[in-house]
Amino acid sequence: MLKIQNLHARVEEKPILKGVTLDVPAGEVHAIMGPNGAGKSTLSYVLSGRGGYEVTEGSAELNGDDLLALDPAERAAKGLFLSFQYPLEIPGVPALTFIRTALNAQRRARGEDEIAAPAFLKLAKEKAASLKIDFDMLKRGLNVGFSGGEKKRMEILQMAMLSPKFLILDETDSGLDIDALKIVSEGVNALRSPERGMLVITHYQRLLDYIKPDKVHVLAAGRIVASGGPELALQLEAEGYDRYVGAAA
Amino acid sequence: MTLALKTSASTTLPSRRDEDWRWTDLYGLLRTLPAPSPRIAETLQPGGPFKGLAKAELAIANGRHNWWPGADSKTVEFFEHQSPDNPYAPEELPMAAMAAEQALEPPVSIIQFNGDDVALLRLVTEATETSHHARVGVVVKTGVSATLLESYEGKGGRYLSNTLIEIIVEDGASLERVVIAEDAEEGVGVSTAIVRIAPGAKFAQTVLTSGARRQRIETRVNHPGAQAEARLDGAYLLDAQRHADLTTVVTHAGVEGVTSQLTKGMVTDQARGVFQGRIVVSPGADQTDARMGHHALILSEKAEIDAKPELLIFADDVSCAHGNTIGALDEDALFYAEQRGIPQAEAKAMLTVAFVGEVVDRIEHEGAREIAAAWVARKLGSV
Repeated sequence: MLKIQNLHARVEEKPILKGVTLDVPAGEVHAIMGPNGAGKSTLSYVLSGRGGYEVTEGSAELNGDDLLALDPAERAAKGLFLSFQYPLEIPGVPALTFIRTALNAQRRARGEDEIAAPAFLKLAKEKAASLKIDFDMLKRGLNVGFSGGEKKRMEILQMAMLSPKFLILDETDSGLDIDALKIVSEGVNALRSPERGMLVITHYQRLLDYIKPDKVHVLAAGRIVASGGPELALQLEAEGYDRYVGAAA
Repeated sequence: MTLALKTSASTTLPSRRDEDWRWTDLYGLLRTLPAPSPRIAETLQPGGPFKGLAKAELAIANGRHNWWPGADSKTVEFFEHQSPDNPYAPEELPMAAMAAEQALEPPVSIIQFNGDDVALLRLVTEATETSHHARVGVVVKTGVSATLLESYEGKGGRYLSNTLIEIIVEDGASLERVVIAEDAEEGVGVSTAIVRIAPGAKFAQTVLTSGARRQRIETRVNHPGAQAEARLDGAYLLDAQRHADLTTVVTHAGVEGVTSQLTKGMVTDQARGVFQGRIVVSPGADQTDARMGHHALILSEKAEIDAKPELLIFADDVSCAHGNTIGALDEDALFYAEQRGIPQAEAKAMLTVAFVGEVVDRIEHEGAREIAAAWVARKLGSV
């Protein structure tokens, strides 16, 4: 599924990732934890192809496809989905229009037929109901005036509609109260399957009570400095990141 | 002597030395007024971008009029005026003065709304290196609610199409004017609308343009206050080396007038957009409520926007505001759309259509709004 080898990346000449190696097989959920400034968001942006990040060494493949050779939309069509820490507001583009445009663009890129309007609306209604999203919200500008929790639910709705092969969740728990966290986590868990991999990036262990990872990695100063089972997250919660920050430096 | 001076002045094209025309230099491009345009050979058919939305239609082709009456020929009437005056000073409104002097077939065409109705006004150009002028009067009688769907349809190159439109909206009447301007890439188009609204009347307009080699669409509103309302919206979508100038002047003369203005623009390649918006609140025009917004996107390094929003306030108790922003597309929003699988060109078009959509959404006539939305989507599909 996702194979990252010795990945180095910099932003404006400043090295951020300094040799990340990571292998997430299909069907597994891996968590990446780390202190602020460790490079967690950079990793998610480099994998998804955001401008301004320069890869200087290493590789990243999804199901054998070289991600780094593709533009962001091509990566999405290959099945990569990044759930944003701060989802964007897009005035004037209703959520339904946005999702349908994205879904059809991906299908075209894969040589599939576009989805018919009635089938799309039926799917959107089902998925919105399961995420407790008022369907009328989907007719308004995407995320415009939505609360933090509503925006995150809209991310999960997009995931459910686009049905990606690999999910990266970047600090999905930030800004969520406990009720919203439960709804969002249930939405993510519903997408767990033997064919799908996930990378859950978080600063806090709390999210991992709801989305249980198979493995936990610690990212500090641009490298994976420790890997283990779910117990590693609990240990970090108890002890903090201090020893890893020291070890990486 | 006076006559000679006037004739000479009203065939002189405005240049960048004229303050109001400094960003739309016609003299520098054309030097002299091109020879008169020929009659369009084929018989003109009713239609244009608003085809089907009204039966009553005035089409002026290379300066010569054709009138097709509506279903009820009394609701919208057509007149000709053979000996009009020319109240426009060449030094103040050079192109309006020129149109008033040069329009001949007929000197003035008048559309009069006696009852609620919709009419099409089409200014059709098929010309190369020639010029023509038209003068049109639009009268909306007391209490009548009218819609004018106006189009500039230019083919050919290096032409000058010059139009003067004088609009009178009587007491308690309302007029919505929706303009789609599609000039030829090498054409030159100028349209000047002089609008008089009466107390309690409403005037609303939306101008959508794709520009030309040089193009100016100017609107001057004489606002009486007195609970009259004016809405002046516009959008310019310019690529290649196209130029468009949306100029408006609203003069509030009395108390309790409302003006709301929203102009949006998009320029790419080496295009140039010009927005000049002036709102004057005359002494004593208290309780005026005037708002002006101009927001534009520059999508390439060589494109240019010149904006001059002005509020000239000579009264005390008023509520006036203006906002002017010019920038690039939001990179974060663009990446977000791309990450969801929308290719960059399509994502840019989607975000730009949404940006301009706010102007289109303010069009009240439903059919015109749909046509405007489709026009914008078509223009931006290739961005």
